[in-house]
Amino acid sequence: MAGFPILSLMLAVPLLGALVCLLADARTARLIALGATLIDFALGVMLWCNFDVGGAQWQFTENVPLFAGFSWKLGTDGIALLLIELSVFLMPVCIGASWKSIDKRVGEYMAAFLLMETLMIGVFTAQDLFLFYIFFEAGLIPMYLIIGIWGGADRIYASYKFFLYTLLGSVLMLIAMLWMANEAGTTDIPTLMAYDFPAGAQKWLWLAFFASFAVKMPMWPFHTWLPDAHVQAPTAGSVILAGVLLKMGGYGFIRFSLPMFPEASAYFAPLIFVLSMIAVVVTSLIALVQHDMKKLIAYSSVAHMAIVTVGLFAFNVQGLEGSMIVMLSHGLVSGALFLSVGIIYDRLHTREIDRYGGLAINMPKYALFFMLFTMASVGLPATSGFVGEFLALTGIYQLSSWVALVCGTGIILGAAYMLYLYRRVIFGDQKNADAAAMPDLDLREMLMVVPIALAVLWMGIYPESFLAPMRKDIATLDARLSHARPQGDAQLTIGKPAAAATHETPAHEGAH
Amino acid sequence: MDWSQSLRLVAPEELLSVTGLFLLLGAAWSKGRNDARAVTWLSVLALAVAALFVAPAAFSGLSGARASAFGGLYAGDAFSALAKLLIYAAAGASLLVAPAFFEKARAMRPEYPVLVLLAVAGMGLMVSTTDLLTLYVGLELNSLAAYVLAAFLKNDNRSAEAGLKYFVLGALASGILLFGMSLTYGFTGTTSFAGIAAAMHGGLSNGALFGVVFVLAGLAFKISAVPFHMWTPDVYEGAPTPVTMFFASAPKVAALALTMRVALGAFGSQVSAWQQIVIIVSLMSIIVGALGAIGQQNLKRLLAYSSINNVGFLLIGLAAATPAGASAMLVYLAIYVAMTVGGFVAVLMLKDKDGNQVEALADIAGLSRDRKVLAACFAMVMFSLAGIPPLFGFWGKFVVFQAAVAAGLLPLAVLGIAASVIGAFYYLKVVKVMYFDESSGIAVGKSDWVHQALLALAALFISPLGYLLTKCLGNLANLAAASLFHGA
Repeated sequence: MAGFPILSLMLAVPLLGALVCLLADARTARLIALGATLIDFALGVMLWCNFDVGGAQWQFTENVPLFAGFSWKLGTDGIALLLIELSVFLMPVCIGASWKSIDKRVGEYMAAFLLMETLMIGVFTAQDLFLFYIFFEAGLIPMYLIIGIWGGADRIYASYKFFLYTLLGSVLMLIAMLWMANEAGTTDIPTLMAYDFPAGAQKWLWLAFFASFAVKMPMWPFHTWLPDAHVQAPTAGSVILAGVLLKMGGYGFIRFSLPMFPEASAYFAPLIFVLSMIAVVVTSLIALVQHDMKKLIAYSSVAHMAIVTVGLFAFNVQGLEGSMIVMLSHGLVSGALFLSVGIIYDRLHTREIDRYGGLAINMPKYALFFMLFTMASVGLPATSGFVGEFLALTGIYQLSSWVALVCGTGIILGAAYMLYLYRRVIFGDQKNADAAAMPDLDLREMLMVVPIALAVLWMGIYPESFLAPMRKDIATLDARLSHARPQGDAQLTIGKPAAAATHETPAHEGAH
Repeated sequence: MDWSQSLRLVAPEELLSVTGLFLLLGAAWSKGRNDARAVTWLSVLALAVAALFVAPAAFSGLSGARASAFGGLYAGDAFSALAKLLIYAAAGASLLVAPAFFEKARAMRPEYPVLVLLAVAGMGLMVSTTDLLTLYVGLELNSLAAYVLAAFLKNDNRSAEAGLKYFVLGALASGILLFGMSLTYGFTGTTSFAGIAAAMHGGLSNGALFGVVFVLAGLAFKISAVPFHMWTPDVYEGAPTPVTMFFASAPKVAALALTMRVALGAFGSQVSAWQQIVIIVSLMSIIVGALGAIGQQNLKRLLAYSSINNVGFLLIGLAAATPAGASAMLVYLAIYVAMTVGGFVAVLMLKDKDGNQVEALADIAGLSRDRKVLAACFAMVMFSLAGIPPLFGFWGKFVVFQAAVAAGLLPLAVLGIAASVIGAFYYLKVVKVMYFDESSGIAVGKSDWVHQALLALAALFISPLGYLLTKCLGNLANLAAASLFHGA
């Protein structure tokens, strides 16, 4: 594999597909889009197979000095690898989800999605500061068009809000990047990750990056664009928004904020904790009273993302690993939940929870998969949600038991709103005749939900597959953060050795 | 003084003025549209030849004594060469789009290309000036031609009004400039830029400070920077669209290059005297340009405010007062010319089914369904003007802010970039009208191949492929900036 530019190829395939889609008619455009995303998925599988776990930190690197001021530098480590896999895995599903429900301007729609895929992979593979920024920002254009053209009734307002909110967040980051490149004399991300910026400047830089990532993530109180964008976007738009775009914020924290500004991260960790605790409780309570299914899931996303931020700023291995798994899991699960909403929306054209009821009777297969994804969202053991949330909360418990306690309520509240949603939609009487007449999942829909369900179970039962590629990178990051790690509130002390010698019991030996 | 070197250095201006005069003579005998078209094409040819004359200087980075002509009145250095290349390109595009427009209005006359040529000759002097007198001669040669161009549609009241407004305010600006120049001369005892810089080196007397302020105020009129911008929307809206395109591109380059020469050359030894002025003017231009555009319903007015906004970003590079800042401004100008040409060509291509021009924002609703490619190109121009990557407009902002950050102007950079989000709002609005709204079915008319070719060229330049040019463009701009600072 050495020397073969697989990452560039993964960027080029959807891009070419997008250009062809613009010129093609509806039927061809769908096929091209599906073909391009499947090829990219195959390339993604190849990438994972060839990834040398425990090998060099940066693999599949490419560096062509094409531009003035920055270069075409790509590469991936274990953290980015998993997020790339998530993107290429969700894309064919998104195309499938739009197969029938999008019937106007199909070519442009598919082109926008393929462009989106290129940019997402670009964000996760860019190794040059400004190349990253270009990919990061460029995603606004296709997403603006997707929400604005194919969205629901209030799409215009939502598209503006999405665009301007995220733009305002990002431009400050650009200034910070310019300052960093000027100070460090390089735009190479791996070099910058080991560069020690002066502690005073770190705080400003951290805040500038925070402005961007907090909006993208989104953290409370910068989350208000998310419910609007989600509700108005078409199903596939919501899937990609929740599944991958939100992860860019978390990826930004783990790639930039933490390794580049460790002292500032420690300094601002309490801020993150407070915002996250508020987010978990408040948005969960908001989710509880929603009548719109998509809005409910959108608010639950904010709550889950708060668990991610808490884990990231726990400054230990469990927290970081947990956050990564929550991100991956949330990408799959929230994507699947939006898909499930989309499936019944396509039949009845409403997201009003009260319009449904008793779907278990006429849609048993749907009820089964919806239950699996509900449970995964709640964090039931054996699903991916459990692994991530458990690790993230373990991580934060070592630093602050109060934060762990408050964020732990998110799991209880999560169970409350998700199960309440499930009861109202799936169980109960079939009070609406049209909802009762809806057919069960067809083959196309099965093909979309089954792979996600399998991935959710895989991640829940054998998370080692996902932890292994990033273990070394997380350890490197942990070592980088070690000198800035804040003191935990538990103040554990090791017992006196003399005491240990006198209490030599069989139980103690059993622990070995 | 070496006459042969001097005459060789001013060759482009000689060529353009002589060609202009000959074509003017020929125009007296012209009849019918074919003659007018022939004059247009000959003028474009003259511009191309002039571009060949200046290209070697731009690529070789000519500077210093070898670039100086007529005893320090004129410099044919790399800086002026690069600015001239941009001016010629913009003027050539403005000539090419004109025949189709004026023939529809039954106003195509061979005087249009002649006036453009004379204006371009004036701009050539402006960007090459190293003396206050050359500056004034070049500026007036350009301005007089421009006043006539603005009023070129004799039967259109708006065009006549635009011409008059442009003339009155332009004359006022020239007066202010002349007053500043006389103060500067009075307190430094010389009109040569090098002499002024040397005289100011030791310190700045109050009188000379007044001179600096008035000169910069006069120049701010010419680049339509806030608070001297109020003529811009009216003139841009009233002037015939090809002329508006010309005003928004070529004279902008010339006036900004001139401002750089004056600020960094003549007043280069007293940066602190004018840096604050430039910072304030720049921020105000960004904000007023963005806010003013929001309510506009006419596309030409909207683009006028957009140009004010862009001048604000350009001035950030000037505020840095470093070679990197000057180089960034030149890169930005090159991209700005492409975006402006693309934007106005797209506006020219908007026609109803009878071939009449469409200028109202509401009339292009749903354009993406009636004219797919045109809408896509126009949307690209809008996103590019908003500075959203991966379009090339981002690069212009990027280099300018990079220079500002490197020069330690962090607050300016932060405020400027935050204000750019306001600007993004109205660019998005145009995209929204074209893509999200239901079709109004008005702008459905076809356009001719020249427009299409120009739009395609501009779109290609501002597409992500433009980034492949960053190295070449950056090198040229660095050479040009070096020659500017070398002369100072």
